[in-house]
Amino acid sequence: MASAAHKIDDQGNSSTANHPSEAVVVRFAGDSGDGMQLTGGQFTLSSALAGNDFATFPDFPAEIRAPQGTLFGVSAFQINFGSDEIDTAGDAPDVLVAMNPAALKTNVKDLKPGGLIIADSGEFSARNLGKAEYDANPLEDDSLAQWQVIHFNISQLTMDAVKPFGLGNKEALRCKNMWTLGLALWMFDRDRQPIIDWLNGKFAKNKVLADANIAALNAGHAYGETAEIGQPGSVPIPQRHISAADVAPGLYRTITGAEAVAYGLVAGCHLAGVKMFFGGYPITPASAILHYLSNLKHFGVTTFQAEDEIAAIASAIGASYAGQLGVTSSSGPGIALKGEAMGLAAMTELPLVIVNSQRGGPSTGLPTKTEQSDLYQAVYGRNGDTPMPVIAARSPADVFECAIEAVRIATQFMTPVILLTDGYIANAAEPWKVPDTGDFKPFPVSFLESVPEGGFKPYSRDDKLARPWVKPGTPGLLHRIGGIEKEVDTGHINYSPANHQAMTDIRKNKIDGIASYIPEQDVCIGEDHGTLAIVGWGSTFGPIHQAVRRARAKGHDVAHIHVRHIWPLPSNLGDLLKRYDRVLVPEMNTGQFKTVLRDQFLVDAKPLNKVSGQPFRIAEIEAAIEGELA
Amino acid sequence: MNDMTPVAKSSPKDWETDQEVRWCPGCGDYAILKAVQRTMPEIGATPENTVFVSGIGCSSRFPYYMETYGFHTIHGRAPAVATGVKLANPDLDVWIITGDGDALSIGGNHTMHLLRRNLDCQILLFNNEIYGLTKGQYSPTSRIGTRSPSTPFGSVDRPATPCAFALGSGARFVARGFDVNKNLPSVLKAAHAHKGAAFVEIFQNCIVYNADVFASFTEKANADHQLWLENGQPMLFAGGSKGIAMDIDRLTLKVVDVADGDWQGAGVIVHDVTNRAVAHMLVEMPFGAFPMALGVLYDDPRPTFEAAVMEQNAKASEGKVADLQALISRGQNWTVEAKE
Ligand code: SF4
Repeated sequence: MASAAHKIDDQGNSSTANHPSEAVVVRFAGDSGDGMQLTGGQFTLSSALAGNDFATFPDFPAEIRAPQGTLFGVSAFQINFGSDEIDTAGDAPDVLVAMNPAALKTNVKDLKPGGLIIADSGEFSARNLGKAEYDANPLEDDSLAQWQVIHFNISQLTMDAVKPFGLGNKEALRCKNMWTLGLALWMFDRDRQPIIDWLNGKFAKNKVLADANIAALNAGHAYGETAEIGQPGSVPIPQRHISAADVAPGLYRTITGAEAVAYGLVAGCHLAGVKMFFGGYPITPASAILHYLSNLKHFGVTTFQAEDEIAAIASAIGASYAGQLGVTSSSGPGIALKGEAMGLAAMTELPLVIVNSQRGGPSTGLPTKTEQSDLYQAVYGRNGDTPMPVIAARSPADVFECAIEAVRIATQFMTPVILLTDGYIANAAEPWKVPDTGDFKPFPVSFLESVPEGGFKPYSRDDKLARPWVKPGTPGLLHRIGGIEKEVDTGHINYSPANHQAMTDIRKNKIDGIASYIPEQDVCIGEDHGTLAIVGWGSTFGPIHQAVRRARAKGHDVAHIHVRHIWPLPSNLGDLLKRYDRVLVPEMNTGQFKTVLRDQFLVDAKPLNKVSGQPFRIAEIEAAIEGELA
Repeated sequence: MNDMTPVAKSSPKDWETDQEVRWCPGCGDYAILKAVQRTMPEIGATPENTVFVSGIGCSSRFPYYMETYGFHTIHGRAPAVATGVKLANPDLDVWIITGDGDALSIGGNHTMHLLRRNLDCQILLFNNEIYGLTKGQYSPTSRIGTRSPSTPFGSVDRPATPCAFALGSGARFVARGFDVNKNLPSVLKAAHAHKGAAFVEIFQNCIVYNADVFASFTEKANADHQLWLENGQPMLFAGGSKGIAMDIDRLTLKVVDVADGDWQGAGVIVHDVTNRAVAHMLVEMPFGAFPMALGVLYDDPRPTFEAAVMEQNAKASEGKVADLQALISRGQNWTVEAKE
């Protein structure tokens, strides 16, 4: 399971490896008005209740209300579920549910050869075919010959099913997604009751709508059943049962990266014993963090939607100065705007957490697509010598711990910290074994409240080289800070050459020193030496992990190393990498982490790059491993 | 600002730091620093609860010279930093020190939003109509034709009017003073007494790069061109020989002569600090034909931003327990039972 609830032995085998492992990838695709995200979300819950492991990925159009039926208005939701460990939303779908011609056109090329297409023929009108730029109806010619195609008039079947409830045409057709979900539940032998309960809850104020949707759901389910018997005019629909995965017992929930950031930050502040101030500015795909936190005021969270990205971080710095933990969040373009203020936080040595949900760049780039191309920006992207800790999360569930870690480092070392996630992590959902918050070790901050022995010096340092955190309002500790170079210890303005050298060294040593307070680098799968190490960071974890498992199952000498602490790097990482003949670094950029590793350790790390706005497929990494070892 | 009961009244000296003041000799900033240090005891401020936040520019060095908490931030961003300070601790008395370039050029956006939101603080904008620290380029308040290193043939763009900008942004307190004027502490006092964002434009002489641009009304000999506004008092200037009246036909202000103190007869308006429409007219009066309006131009408080935020935070928390375990457990969840 992506949340690491699975036990993996050191051969990289999951504990369930002796069962025949099964996994299926289903993609629901339709017009953005068709409710595909809801369908996917409920199918996910059903998978969880069936005991499957899973990972999901939604793919929204960039436009808010794209014209109906158009190619760019297609919204899709993919789920990979199975009886064994699942780390990614899956490579190629086995099943594609296409609610209109545009959904078919934009998604069919991803479908596995021989995969199954289920299409709503009721939407394949000449008009919709035209909008999808089809010259002929693909359901009626042989253009889909390499796949199995089942089509029927879902629109009409839904209308028939909900007729007794007297809905208008438009409302009746809205139930199409529940009809489809009913069919999908039948195909995978799932219980309908939890979805019925959910519909009753969702439409508690409108009984008719609840009943209509339930009727549609039941009708879709019944259609699968009767079609199987082979009634005249219907096509048999295959049914499959995927057995439950072997996961650790406990309470689970689905979580998206954006939720996990919010919860992790709240947990971190709780462990630090400080209140949180969150300054944000709307930007895709980071806004959800602001939304979640805005509902958590009772956890001592103040949220502030600032006038721009710069004000968002500047206000967070002001709050940190005043004694709360300032947090700001954005995506690449917004982070670029925050650059100067990040330097101010570094210069004034105030704690701050900066979350970057990376998206495709440069400039506005691909706002709704994922990429890892802000690594240089995070590690190097400021004026002056301005080192800053950087932590990267690998999955939605992992963000929770990473956010706590970011708060810990920020408050313990009095430094801004960058937390990297990406569009995939922000939007994807995965099952998460809810941790016991009592298991996390508190790291309470201590504000300096009186003049220490030997007098108060704002830039004096503890053994971690952190300076004291003093809240304005504290008598006897008046002082002034700012962005101009500080004098060692006193913090007064000082432009002298020797002082600047000394302060630059202190700032560098402080951040470098964090390496002694983070875990040593481990190897996720495989030996700590050998022929090939696949080194990853961030959301490439899933596909790398699966690819390495598969390669090892074939007997290849390959290990997976996943790096969470991007800066400073774990102190043993260089030595570890040198124990492999070859190092390959798959990244959704043109080779940024590869370059950092080469620079830091003089290892001959090679890149494997993908910048299509889509996550790596397992097969792509598997092929690269085979290539390296050939 | 806050209601604070001083234990023992401080003296202006108590507000000086040990740092050497580094403005050019003769710079108007010295006089403003003195005025602020004189004001602090008057308003009963306490050093530990006072925070000076500044941006970048000559004026922004100010916090280093005040024996309080201080934060010399980055160019234009003082209002944003101050917003975070005040939201994190509304009990602090926050002063923003800024200049014409800092507040109206690079930081114009933040100034506008701080005023619109009505954060409780004092904003002192030192207007010298020039970029001093970067050696004399023209600024957003420089008059057309200003010759500077970046405009050797004279600037061609129209200047901004800081107080008009402030009012347009929704400011609820707008005042004006100038560096060497003895009334400055009383203007600052009024700003501090105003609950909410108090915007004060202070004309400041940059003796090096823009000397004497305000001499036409700041010089003793030109005192007749100063219109000192006082709430409830007629708008008289030039020793009471002239006044400001309303031109009803054109709905504008006009200058009228006042004979023998009969200002009522001349139609001179009585200053009402809560009259927003008149405030707009006062800040827009073209200097020359009109005097320079000084003192408190507008003062009409309304609820502050940080108070509204605190109130909402409290309301949203009412009856709710901050149970972290419950928070992370809720949502779409299920239990996997242990296998026998
Ligand atoms: S340059 Fe002008 S504003 Fe700056 S310190 Fe010198 S005189 Fe004052």
